Amino acid sequence: MPSSLVQNESVLAIEVGAAVTHVVLFDVVEGQYRFVASGQAPSTAEAPFKDIGIGVREAIAHLQIVTGSKILGSDGNLISPAQADGSGVDAVVATISAGPSVKTVIVGLLNDVSLQSARRLAESTYSRVVDSLDLTDHRKPDQQLDGIVRSRPDLIILTGGTDGGASRSILKMLEAVGLACYLMPLEKRPMVLYAGNQKLAHDVQELLGGHAGKLEISFNVRPSLETEDLAPASRELAGLVTKLRQRQIKGVDELNMWTGGNLLPTAYAQGRMIRFLSKLYDSTRGLLSVNIGASATSVAAGFGGELALGTYPQFGLGESLGNLVQYTELDDIVRWLPLDISPNVVREYLFQKSLYPGTIPATKDEQSISQAIARQVLYLAVRTLQKDFPTSAQTAKTELMPKLDLIIGGGGVISDGVSLGQSLLLLLDAIQPVGIMPILIDQNNLLPLLGAAAERNNYLPVQVIDSGAFIGLGTVISVIASANYGDQVLRAKLTYADGTDARVDVKFGGLEILPLPNGQSGRLSLQPRTRADAGLGAGRSGTVSVTGGALGVVIDARGRPLKLPSDPVRRRELIKKWYYTVGG
Amino acid sequence: MLAPILHVLPLTTIVRERTLPVAGKVHAHMNQRVSPTDVIAEANFAREHVLLDVARTFGVSANAADKLIRVKEGDRLPEGGLVAESPGAFSRSIKAPRAGRVMVAGSGQVLMEVGDTRIELRAGMPGMVTQVIPERGVVIRTAGALIQGTWGNGRIDNGLMVSLIDKPDAVLTADRLDVSLRGSVILGGHVRDLDVLRAAAELPVRGLILSSMVSSLLQSAVQMRFPILVVDGFGAMPMNTAAYDLLTTNNKREATVNAEHFDRYNGNRPEVIIPLPVSAEPEEPNPYEPFAAGQRVRMRRSPHAGMLGVITNLLPGMSTLPSGLRAPAGDVKLENGETVLVPLVNLEVVG
Repeated sequence: MPSSLVQNESVLAIEVGAAVTHVVLFDVVEGQYRFVASGQAPSTAEAPFKDIGIGVREAIAHLQIVTGSKILGSDGNLISPAQADGSGVDAVVATISAGPSVKTVIVGLLNDVSLQSARRLAESTYSRVVDSLDLTDHRKPDQQLDGIVRSRPDLIILTGGTDGGASRSILKMLEAVGLACYLMPLEKRPMVLYAGNQKLAHDVQELLGGHAGKLEISFNVRPSLETEDLAPASRELAGLVTKLRQRQIKGVDELNMWTGGNLLPTAYAQGRMIRFLSKLYDSTRGLLSVNIGASATSVAAGFGGELALGTYPQFGLGESLGNLVQYTELDDIVRWLPLDISPNVVREYLFQKSLYPGTIPATKDEQSISQAIARQVLYLAVRTLQKDFPTSAQTAKTELMPKLDLIIGGGGVISDGVSLGQSLLLLLDAIQPVGIMPILIDQNNLLPLLGAAAERNNYLPVQVIDSGAFIGLGTVISVIASANYGDQVLRAKLTYADGTDARVDVKFGGLEILPLPNGQSGRLSLQPRTRADAGLGAGRSGTVSVTGGALGVVIDARGRPLKLPSDPVRRRELIKKWYYTVGG
Repeated sequence: MLAPILHVLPLTTIVRERTLPVAGKVHAHMNQRVSPTDVIAEANFAREHVLLDVARTFGVSANAADKLIRVKEGDRLPEGGLVAESPGAFSRSIKAPRAGRVMVAGSGQVLMEVGDTRIELRAGMPGMVTQVIPERGVVIRTAGALIQGTWGNGRIDNGLMVSLIDKPDAVLTADRLDVSLRGSVILGGHVRDLDVLRAAAELPVRGLILSSMVSSLLQSAVQMRFPILVVDGFGAMPMNTAAYDLLTTNNKREATVNAEHFDRYNGNRPEVIIPLPVSAEPEEPNPYEPFAAGQRVRMRRSPHAGMLGVITNLLPGMSTLPSGLRAPAGDVKLENGETVLVPLVNLEVVG
């Protein structure tokens, strides 16, 4: 790419998480944007600090030590633009996921149409839906109103009606929402996003403008009954959530100012980047990005430029862990443990960790529990979003994932893992992908930051990704077969660039690795036995190009869906064996 | 790196804001000395609303209905009070279904708040009112011992504290709770049986201060009408020795148990306050300070959760932990003499 296409500016990217604040420096090296270095510090949104600025400055101080360059002045203020002496940065981009879950009321007309769009919109950010209203709601208007007031929402999402369609029913609901807002204390009035029938925009402004904490009117999420378009409303919602964080957390105002008013919720930026990559690489199947954080687990899937984004605070690894037992059985967590640890110990772990979300496992036992919980929350989050995948990505067998072109894993539990093998195994166990795809680790939490940077500079994310900023774990081949444990299901031969090869006979239930270092590629010949599907179709043989990575080519023949032995001793032995296979 | 501080202090100045959840009337005034049971503010809080659709009932437009409405915003109506009436020989009327206050009258509708509930806000702790927050509450300042905990069931009360704990890892059982303890704040150890909570409720007690509790009792604990404060956490954990020593040496003293929920954003957390007489007001404690060698710290996670120790060495850069993770860490000499490597994020300074 010619250097004229680069704006030649250094960019400081900041992600304020619930537990950790990451800062990353991007700069131009030989005419191309590169990831230069990163720093991090514990986040300080919560008490006793109650100011994200403290953690941001600590993380920048760490970055300054790593790079040796000065970014903060002696007064603690950001040096911007970059100075002739090399100090400072030209621009700042930032995202935030810290903050309590956003209590949200969703309103729509039809339960299975606009209300579902409102739900999907709510789930694109850090929402916890606390009440919902639609035409099937049999409560009286005053009961609906009381329901909203009692739930003390931070946000109300209003949808309903196709453009130019139904209006009377919507107006009735707007009245209830308007009155509820009016009854709340001025300083606690919720933000309201209207994304329904555009004909009513003026009425919405009249009815709610004076009562909402802040009102945004967006394009209709359901311009017609058959069409759903969440993108414009998602952008408005991102803005409202940022404003809410400014109201809730000290220091967010200043960070937003540093970014020139472009601070974004992290999950939104993650989703935007996946949509962008999905378009850029013309992904025919799909790209999947997962991020397991303390505040939420977020999953973004891009299919031909179409985005499905789910942000699930209930599956975060922080404060919400105490409530995880409402969504899953303890045994479903215990099943992932390689060690003999009782469900009661896991339960106490969940509650103790919820008291101190920023703490980390210090022992092997605790690390095992942490990884088991991460597997289960990711498993649940991916399955929850899968229901909202576009029709083109739905599979005949609902328990199977659609075929994907790429998986990117992020979040502390994955990127700070003990080993890359463990991180890979966590992703395979939880996502249970099918087909053939490379898997990358976003070790520096770059994906959302690149999404935030894309708003300012289109070239930066492309050039940073092309420079290999993510860690390639390798290429995974998932085998689907109806076979007994130990039956041979696949014969594979990897031919290296130098002509040498490695062969393996893969048995059902097994996990095999053929080494292929990072930066290298090879030709992988696959010969399934019986009707096994190794990504080329049931029983079909063929040769594919594969790229290497930290682990190489990983053939996962453990079954889809992955069924673990019910006998705990045998199950633990098997899990230990898998851990051993990926390097412990 | 900055360290959060867990306050376990024998004598400090404690400043706490006590506010109503809704706007109301503040009774306390500046420089007033209050006792824990004094009502410092109160509010009437309507739990329900009634929406009367005048236009629809009379079958007229909203504008026409507005002319028939006989009440205005702020009016208090008894049950059956006239809200609206239509003119003519066959006049019809709309009456208030319940006593309440008119919140909105217009656009053809009347919205009333009904079902008034009176909320009384008690001081909760003895001290001096140093600030009045109009319509909301006050700021109270006192001197005494302060012991912060990790979990509370959302209630507050005060009473004579009676210790039933003889060592930090003691277990409190139901048979220890006899009738002589009625109206007391009980200082207990670890609780693993629901019977203990039930026995405490039957007496009743004014509060339970526990070292730890099994998490399966959480739902029951939330439903108890007396405060339950957990000092160290969930599972079978002994009480940290700083809290144990301080609480047991204050046995038979008046104590306020504010078992409010731990709000990690505003910083409110469950705590025990034991007011003490002072000749000169001690300093207010710092909320945080940088980690440093020599600090007394509490472990927040296994394998030594709840134990105290002293940082002997802050290690530069990142250290590899027994779990395999890498993080900024320090050597901590525990009370049992053992020295362990602990990630700094798993520590809080005690002071």
